[in-house]
Amino acid sequence: MKKKIVNETEFSFPAKSVNESFARYAVSSFCAQLDPTIEELSDIRTAVSEAVTNAIVHGYRDTGEGRVYIKVRILEERTLVIIVKDTGCGIADITLAMTPLYTGDPSGERGGMGFSIMESFTDDLKVRSSVGHGTTVTMIKRLSKL
Amino acid sequence: MNVLTAKYVSSEDTLTVILNGEIDHHSAQSIREEIDRQIYAHRAKTVYLDLKNVGFMDSSGLGLILGRYTHTKEAGGVLKILNPGASAQRVMKLAGTDKIIPIEWD
Repeated sequence: MKKKIVNETEFSFPAKSVNESFARYAVSSFCAQLDPTIEELSDIRTAVSEAVTNAIVHGYRDTGEGRVYIKVRILEERTLVIIVKDTGCGIADITLAMTPLYTGDPSGERGGMGFSIMESFTDDLKVRSSVGHGTTVTMIKRLSKL
Repeated sequence: MNVLTAKYVSSEDTLTVILNGEIDHHSAQSIREEIDRQIYAHRAKTVYLDLKNVGFMDSSGLGLILGRYTHTKEAGGVLKILNPGASAQRVMKLAGTDKIIPIEWD
């Protein structure tokens, strides 16, 4: 049975790298109403930071153009759904992009671990993408019982 | 919020880079060249990246560490990580960098 939505928020911001910290703190502040553990909050911050950075760096190719859209839903049973969306260039090969250590950044200054971290720090990760239209990353995090 | 600064402490054989703040893609790109200039200027045998004042680190932190690992090697030294917090340790363990870059605590 589909879980009911208990609360939700959505916001968007220009795809500028200075907004990466704003995004992860905005999401973790919203999730704080569920009284997560410090480790759960840290997982959420890290996963959101990766998704937002991917949108800025890959979706919009670090141009500062475009917007990043975030939706956070709190469902019953302490379940969080975090959706990070861009309307940028999209990913041609999602399987390749999700391969650990693969990086689309030739400078070698990105670890190529963004999707691996999102996958490992949340309970479920889904990536939908269409070349020329953008990418939507949906992460589900089930918080431990109080 | 994501301001990252570095302090440098050098002795005969070592250069310690004490990072302060949060490491993400935004903050990492503003500081990596400054750290590299120090690495090449000192050419120390051991370069320590001290993470005790780093409260948050995502995969851009891994990129920062791996990039400095390469530059330190090129400058004839060895890079070591000092005092990583829980967040940095989890990310480094996941990527397996803890197997190639020694971690120490002081």
